[in-house]
Amino acid sequence: MPEFKDELDKLRAALRDATPAPDEASKEAALRVAEENFANLQGSATAARPTDTSPQRTGFLKGLGQMFMKPNLKPMMLATTSLVIVGIGVVLTTPLMRTEPIPTAKTEPVAEAIASEVDQSRQPASTAQLRSDQTSNSSKQVSGGVDPSGPAEGAIFSRENFSSDDAQSEIGATSFISGDFGSVMMGDSDGGMEPLSPSPKRLAKSQASSMRDRLPQPQVAQSNDQFPDATANPLKVTSEEPVSTFSIDVDTASYAWLRSSLSRGQLPDPKSVRVEELVNYFPYAYPAPEGDVPFQQTVTVSETPWNPDTQLMHIAIQGAQVTERPPLNLVFLLDTSGSMQDANKLPLLVQSFRLMLGQLRPEDEVAIVTYAGSAGTVLEPTKASERRKIEDALLRLHAGGSTAGGEGLRAAYALAGQMSRDGEVSRVLLATDGDFNVGMQSDAELKGFVEQKRKSGTYLSVFGFGRGNVNDALMQTLAQNGNGQAAYIDTLAEAQKVLVDQLSGAMFTIAQDVKIQVEFNPATVAEYRLIGYETRALKREDFNNDKVDAGEIGAGHTVTALYEVTPVGSDAVLTDPLRFGTVAAEGNTSDLAFLRLRYKEPGATQSKLLEEVVPVGTRDAGSEAAFSAAIAGFGQLLRGNTALGDWGYSDAIALANANKGDDAFGYRAEAVKLMRLAQSLSPN
Amino acid sequence: MRPTITMRMKTSDEALAQAASDGDSEAFGLLVRRHYDRLFRLSWRLTGHKADAEDLTHDILAALPAKLRAFRADAKFTTWLYRVTLNAATDRARKAQRRVKARDGWGQDYTRRAAEAADAAQAQDWLTNAMRALPAELRETVALTLGEDLTQAQAAEVMGLSEGTIAWRMSEVKRHLREMATEEAG
Repeated sequence: MPEFKDELDKLRAALRDATPAPDEASKEAALRVAEENFANLQGSATAARPTDTSPQRTGFLKGLGQMFMKPNLKPMMLATTSLVIVGIGVVLTTPLMRTEPIPTAKTEPVAEAIASEVDQSRQPASTAQLRSDQTSNSSKQVSGGVDPSGPAEGAIFSRENFSSDDAQSEIGATSFISGDFGSVMMGDSDGGMEPLSPSPKRLAKSQASSMRDRLPQPQVAQSNDQFPDATANPLKVTSEEPVSTFSIDVDTASYAWLRSSLSRGQLPDPKSVRVEELVNYFPYAYPAPEGDVPFQQTVTVSETPWNPDTQLMHIAIQGAQVTERPPLNLVFLLDTSGSMQDANKLPLLVQSFRLMLGQLRPEDEVAIVTYAGSAGTVLEPTKASERRKIEDALLRLHAGGSTAGGEGLRAAYALAGQMSRDGEVSRVLLATDGDFNVGMQSDAELKGFVEQKRKSGTYLSVFGFGRGNVNDALMQTLAQNGNGQAAYIDTLAEAQKVLVDQLSGAMFTIAQDVKIQVEFNPATVAEYRLIGYETRALKREDFNNDKVDAGEIGAGHTVTALYEVTPVGSDAVLTDPLRFGTVAAEGNTSDLAFLRLRYKEPGATQSKLLEEVVPVGTRDAGSEAAFSAAIAGFGQLLRGNTALGDWGYSDAIALANANKGDDAFGYRAEAVKLMRLAQSLSPN
Repeated sequence: MRPTITMRMKTSDEALAQAASDGDSEAFGLLVRRHYDRLFRLSWRLTGHKADAEDLTHDILAALPAKLRAFRADAKFTTWLYRVTLNAATDRARKAQRRVKARDGWGQDYTRRAAEAADAAQAQDWLTNAMRALPAELRETVALTLGEDLTQAQAAEVMGLSEGTIAWRMSEVKRHLREMATEEAG
């Protein structure tokens, strides 16, 4: 018998284990009855229910709706959705401020119920239209006039019917519709942040306040998503602190997260924006390495887009492509806890991993472990050539139970250990929607475990799914300690990027523990600032300490780091020289900085050192570096960084647009779309 | 142009429910398919009897099209659905005087299961006894918090109670279980 924390724990486990699987036949029967009833209800009730195309407003809005539904206008729709959200905020708050009585179905300032996906909604183009058109509701949400719970005649109630007092709290408050805003603005937070639906009585008493509760809450996402707290890197004065050290970061989770936030009409939590992850999301065509070196670094100094008096030092690293790759052993460790049931979690996960199977070679091996309640091996190690078998196992997965991450992780590593042979690469791919600490004492213990396994040669990559409960900080920590990537998968397109297009980068490490140290020349550089990499800062002495872990470069990965540098004598110098401080350094005025790079060959314990002098003088950045600067600017805007001055979203958009390059996969075009969304959503 | 089914795989429950209450049958179909298993699980945990759970789920689904009109999109769909389920379960038990049977259900199903899996018998016995020992409202609370993994706040929202009440109920559950353990030992 396993040991339980307490009685409740024991009861929980017992309940889980004993729950029978639903009977397929009964399920089908029940679903059929439901759908029949649904159809009947529509038939009998159409007369009473106004449709979305009532004659008086058919012309303009319908035409507008159709126009917006044309697929080639999607970018426009994305952008306009946010406009409408902002607009409605205005329309709804105005009456509140005048403390007018709550609008009834007759006065109807009907909110626009934003249709399901943001990119599918049809909406009027401006606030003015919303005001003037009282019943604009393209999503058919209609208030008043309909008995909200009345059972319709003709519906099949095969067994006894039950009373409708369950709907008590829903009835009566339908005259004012906040539509889908609640869910759009707040996210489908599993943490249950939504306020209780007020009872009719309470509603009458505090109409104003309860209305405010249901108004869209601008900008602030309420959820249990957790992000590491990291303030932006401060400006450093070269004469005081000439050396800057950090570990590279190839994670991209922050960008996907940002995209998913913006697509719901929400500015992302500034803490969730990690500028280096935004920049490193994009593939860049940097000069490729020649010969045996695993990567090639290139340093470019150019004018800073947001400040003509400073310079941008752009450090580019291009990893080599692998030509001959060793067989892969992959253990999918999949979270199938109850919360994974949502469509953007387990179903997306299954689709994503199916996509990846196509990239594997016959000799690769795959195993699947799930964790929910109790961890279990769903698929014993199987050759990738038996694709059918693997897909079947994936398709059989269903969500249920609580998260027992620790147990699952141990099981997955045990399997990976079994599969591992000399010269092969073993990796655990953890897919989860959130918390991962059941079973292990603490995050620290979990981290230690992953770290120890990394040393024994099994790596870990983490893929985040869904919103509402994502523990981004833990994902980062696990991936960093497991020599893997942390990616957040919000769409199938993102899965395609991470698991198909860039699979070899995610699976094959070509250089480990890559650290960058830059020493600035106090004679030429007055001040400098590292953009991003806040969570990756290293101590100066850690650079030469091979025991200190750092980021990995995967095959074909590109890594970009940016410093904003203020030359000595520039108008942009922010600090005054110390009166009693050291005398400004004399001597060498031809060098700007000295770059040191340390990395280890995969599996090696001793690091190698690369050094390069960065001369004074700017040149044209080139489209690759310029695009990365646009993204870095965008990220800083989202974080509310003040160092950018007047430079705003429109500048970022212009810069990005001018430097899209080939953009074969459309990533850069998408970034511009997101910038435009952010521009519309941002308060200033 | 209508959103395709594949596009809709990603649509939120709330949006689907909204669409369904506006007459979109495809949205309704997706929604009930997505939640059938969840509904069944909860029903089973409330009744302790597979056949009863199936009946209950069936009833809920049959009445759902009409009920859905009362769904407001600013509530979370699952919260709403849990509430509907709890009420339906209570109602059903009341109407058919089945409160006793619901408790007995915890016996029937388990005797059969115990025969099927002898080695698990002990644990199941414990579960049966534990669930039967609980008054109905505590059983509901257990089904939501331990069974469905809701937080106390979420369970409180579903049941229309304060969070404190749920916390108190859970401590009651603990007390019941502890008493049971003492009895076993004694």
